[in-house]
Amino acid sequence: MSNLSLPQTAAGNDGFEPRIVAFFCNWCTYTASDLAGISRMTYAPNTRVIRVMCSGRIEPQLILAALRKGADGVLIGGCHPGDCHYQVGNYKCLRRFKLLKRYFEQMGIEPERVRLEWIAASEGDKVQKVTNEMVEQVRKLGPLNLAEPPKPHHQAAVCAVAAEGAVS
Amino acid sequence: MSKPKAGFYWCASCGGCEESVVDLAEDLIAVVAAIDFAFFPCAMDFKREDVEAMKDGEMAVCFINGAVRSSEQFEMVELLRKKSQLIIAYGSCAHMGGIPGLANLYDLESLLKRVYSETESTDNPSGTRPLPQTTVPGGKLTLPTLDESVKSLDQVIPVDYYIPGCPPPTPLLKAAVEAVLSGKLPPKGSVLAPDHALCKECPRIDSKPEDLLIKEFKRPHEIQIDTEKCLLAQGLMCLGSGTRAGCAAVCIKGNMPCTGCMGPVSRVRDHGGAMMGAISSLLEYTEEDQIVAALDSVVDPVGTFYRYGVPASMMFRKHKAPAIGGH
Amino acid sequence: MFMENKASDGEQPRVGVYVCYCGMNIASKVDVEAVRQFAEKLPNVVVSRTYKFMCSDPGQELIAHDIKEQNLNRIVVASCSPLLHDATFRKACAKAGLNPFYFTMANIREQVSWVTANSAAATKKAEALVAAAVARVAMHEALEKKRVPVHADVMVVGAGISGIHAALLLANAGKKVYLVEREPSIGGHMGQLDKTFPTLDCSACILTPKMSEVKNHPNITLWTLSEVQEVSGFSGNFKVKVKRNPRFVKLELCVACGQCVEACVFKEGRVPDEYNIGLSKHKPIYMPFPQATPASVLIDPNACLKLSRGKCASKCVEACDRAAIDFEQKVEYSEVDVGAIILATGYQLFDAKKMPEYGYGKYPNVYTMIELERLVNAAGPTQGEIVMRDGRKPKRVGIIHCVGSRDKRHHPYCSSVCCMVSLKMAHLIRERIDAEVFNFYIDMRTTLKGYEEFYDRVLHDGVNFVRGRVAEVTDWAMTPGEEGKLVIRVEDTLIGVVRRIPVDMVVLATAMEAHDNADDVRRKFNISCSKEGWFLERHPKLAPVSTFSDGIFLAGVCQGPKDIPESVAQAGAAAAEALALVDKGFVEIEPNSACIDADTCSGCKTCVPLCPYHAITFDAEKKISAVNEALCKGCGTCVGSCPSGAAQQKLFTDEQLHQEIEGVLNYV
Repeated sequence: MSNLSLPQTAAGNDGFEPRIVAFFCNWCTYTASDLAGISRMTYAPNTRVIRVMCSGRIEPQLILAALRKGADGVLIGGCHPGDCHYQVGNYKCLRRFKLLKRYFEQMGIEPERVRLEWIAASEGDKVQKVTNEMVEQVRKLGPLNLAEPPKPHHQAAVCAVAAEGAVS
Repeated sequence: MSKPKAGFYWCASCGGCEESVVDLAEDLIAVVAAIDFAFFPCAMDFKREDVEAMKDGEMAVCFINGAVRSSEQFEMVELLRKKSQLIIAYGSCAHMGGIPGLANLYDLESLLKRVYSETESTDNPSGTRPLPQTTVPGGKLTLPTLDESVKSLDQVIPVDYYIPGCPPPTPLLKAAVEAVLSGKLPPKGSVLAPDHALCKECPRIDSKPEDLLIKEFKRPHEIQIDTEKCLLAQGLMCLGSGTRAGCAAVCIKGNMPCTGCMGPVSRVRDHGGAMMGAISSLLEYTEEDQIVAALDSVVDPVGTFYRYGVPASMMFRKHKAPAIGGH
Repeated sequence: MFMENKASDGEQPRVGVYVCYCGMNIASKVDVEAVRQFAEKLPNVVVSRTYKFMCSDPGQELIAHDIKEQNLNRIVVASCSPLLHDATFRKACAKAGLNPFYFTMANIREQVSWVTANSAAATKKAEALVAAAVARVAMHEALEKKRVPVHADVMVVGAGISGIHAALLLANAGKKVYLVEREPSIGGHMGQLDKTFPTLDCSACILTPKMSEVKNHPNITLWTLSEVQEVSGFSGNFKVKVKRNPRFVKLELCVACGQCVEACVFKEGRVPDEYNIGLSKHKPIYMPFPQATPASVLIDPNACLKLSRGKCASKCVEACDRAAIDFEQKVEYSEVDVGAIILATGYQLFDAKKMPEYGYGKYPNVYTMIELERLVNAAGPTQGEIVMRDGRKPKRVGIIHCVGSRDKRHHPYCSSVCCMVSLKMAHLIRERIDAEVFNFYIDMRTTLKGYEEFYDRVLHDGVNFVRGRVAEVTDWAMTPGEEGKLVIRVEDTLIGVVRRIPVDMVVLATAMEAHDNADDVRRKFNISCSKEGWFLERHPKLAPVSTFSDGIFLAGVCQGPKDIPESVAQAGAAAAEALALVDKGFVEIEPNSACIDADTCSGCKTCVPLCPYHAITFDAEKKISAVNEALCKGCGTCVGSCPSGAAQQKLFTDEQLHQEIEGVLNYV
């Protein structure tokens, strides 16, 4: 994709714009993302970056929460293996990610929706490339629309007596 | 002065929770002395009309076990909610969906097909299925309908407290009854069990190394399980590091790894997620292919990490991806 | 629900949001006023403003004013990257009496306005990030930065002109400096040069006094034949392990008289002389070059018979009347504590064999520029005579610019100095042997002080300039005039004709490139490399000598191609920054460490082996784990693996991150 291409709205897609939550590690990916900005590289506006110090901080609950709350995809960015600012944090991220992917396979989540990329601090162009690629892939897949767990109908409920807390 | 009334009802349940009441043994006498079972279909001959005839809030407490899937269960728990001051979700199924919750990995149609046509011992050439109603000479017969998904109790009615476990350890039930009677209850929504993980109470914790690194996982039948060493250290998938304590580690004492029936502690949002994160972090490998190979020994991630909690998990059920090309 | 959230310290959050125009940087794409209006409606937001330049004094005043007047207890600034201005705004909050960690930023410039083509999309993205920041900041706690004392000593790695200059500055400022150099002598590449442009100063004449100063300086501990093995610790408190290879000669005794070299059983040199780029050979015992510092010979253990085979008459030992030769020397390791480290490891040159079309290595009379430097150097292999490998003096020389530079196949960058070097050589050749000179260039890059004037001078020297990228150097003659010559085939783009220019000698201006082991080196220091392999600076414009690892600084070509005055300037800058660090006396640690709640930890020991810094210990008595804050670097790996949520990372708690997720998804 060229620098100047805009995310194309695919025909018949009802103008669906994927929302992707991106967890970027401070030292490599977040810095590369800033570099992409300094270099004025244009890319799809669909990602929302959440900064952490190390990809080792990323755990399945964060990724699951993002999907649960409405993200159509999750992108995780860390330092290349061997280059982690904290030595080995990215390996932990990789291990968790691989197991989580097995879980997603069983649960029917398309593999393109959750992605782990190693992006070095100088790879602003990789941020651009990966973002554009992933947005396109997720756009083709459509909105995630996870089934909502039901909530009780009668919230206010229930029982006036219960509100008093007394046991008779 | 009349004794406070209590109810004990079962939804999609195996009956183990009912047996745990019996497990109170001698303590049952004290319980029965202090409360009046006004509705306990498993043990006594109560009918729905008995509940409908009660005043709202007439029961001080109703323990409901089992997951919720059928229209009958739905109606009953709504009714019991009306008639009870406190609803306590009893056991893993009511707490998190339990074993029945694994049905959320399938759609209803494939489940019915499997059960009524495809199992090895089924002989049903006409493909007869249960129907919501049918007319017979005597009149109309009805059966409850089944919902597409299995739900935990709090996904259907507001729940005041939870007693976890499959089944709940009897001491927790005893303590809950005492708490209800004395009025000394924690904030609504609490789980009536200790709020730390099993490792804290595990008799084998001293043998758990501080530099644990796992090469691959073993299933209980694959190794000779050492009766004294930490089970995770032996390569077994023990979820004790992230599963609520309060069960006196009975499974570990029985030389079997914890499977997570007590659910997570209160600070965790998704039990399986927390467990996957913790356990995979301890893998020894750094190369991608080695990590993938080691994880091959985790045969069934959902069944392993969400055995009792698929409905309560963030994903709730298996995701239905749209057909290729459509939305 | 978000609405009900009280702050984690129990207070009701009162959030001030400030959306920056950043001149037109943000405003050109993001509808700043719309973002302000959007933010105003977010839960807990009391004040929502815009300003042209939030980082300016009036911008910061705005925040201070609102903190006081509106009783704000949380601040969000939506502007540039936190990597740039987090500290600025934290200071502003602190000045106004608000704990600086009740502040957070939304990056709507580097990661929104500068990268998004569509304005509506950019505005929406900015709103989402602001919502996330507002949600997050409500969960912030008051924190304090910790102060840790620093070591006053500094290490400089690499003793070329950059390392030498930095070391002298620091030593003169009273600091103890460890100067670590891989080669047997300091001086680096500059020592190999003959003259330096544009003044044509003799390189050795300006360099050797500095080398001498280094040798004699009481504050400098010079370790040659040494390499850094391992670095641990953090800014202000580095522990460095240095491997010191044996010279097999006692430095304190050798006076460089050269008798040992005379006496060596080898009648003549057999080992290709690296300093002379293999144009000459030396004996196993040798002097690196005449002005080598320290002034001492050394023995190559692979070539020396005594060291490699154990058997030799060892005439060198006999010849030395100072008994300086010591075959028993072994590798030594030294460990030192330093407060700051300056990397000045320099560069290597592109291997011209990678461009076989130029015939280097195939035709004996194709030279690289550095080889020519050695030829013209009076102390070089031909005593300053420009004589080719076949013994002839060239009558015609072709100098090819950009060999390996500005080349998509090899290095896309410009090596900065080659045009000037090529001009210098053209001038010297004209001066020394009056040969005809052709310079084949793409562009002439003669930008700095005196360079353009030098170019002009060379133009008047009668040097021929051909604008075109040389396609090939060949010995295949097409006419009698080309017999025995090297023919340069090039498109002369100024006249639009492909030419064949026969010459006697071809000189290739090879690219500067990062050392082959740059990646290994930079990992030791926990810094990054840029795409081209140079060490990565913190910011290309405003922080060219510091790196993302506090306390590690860069000087010279290791950060990117540059010439000597630029290297010296950068070395001065690095020394100044290192000085600022160690003279302050302390460093402040960002309070983003992990901590384990003693009440909720179940002692599962999952986190203990995962900490890269061994900062977590298990208390066998209490049966819980605890984080040693002094060792914790704040990666959060333990937090990500705690299965019971007992481990949390300050500034990156579960609650804060989940609120951010909520924010980016639920309000836009």
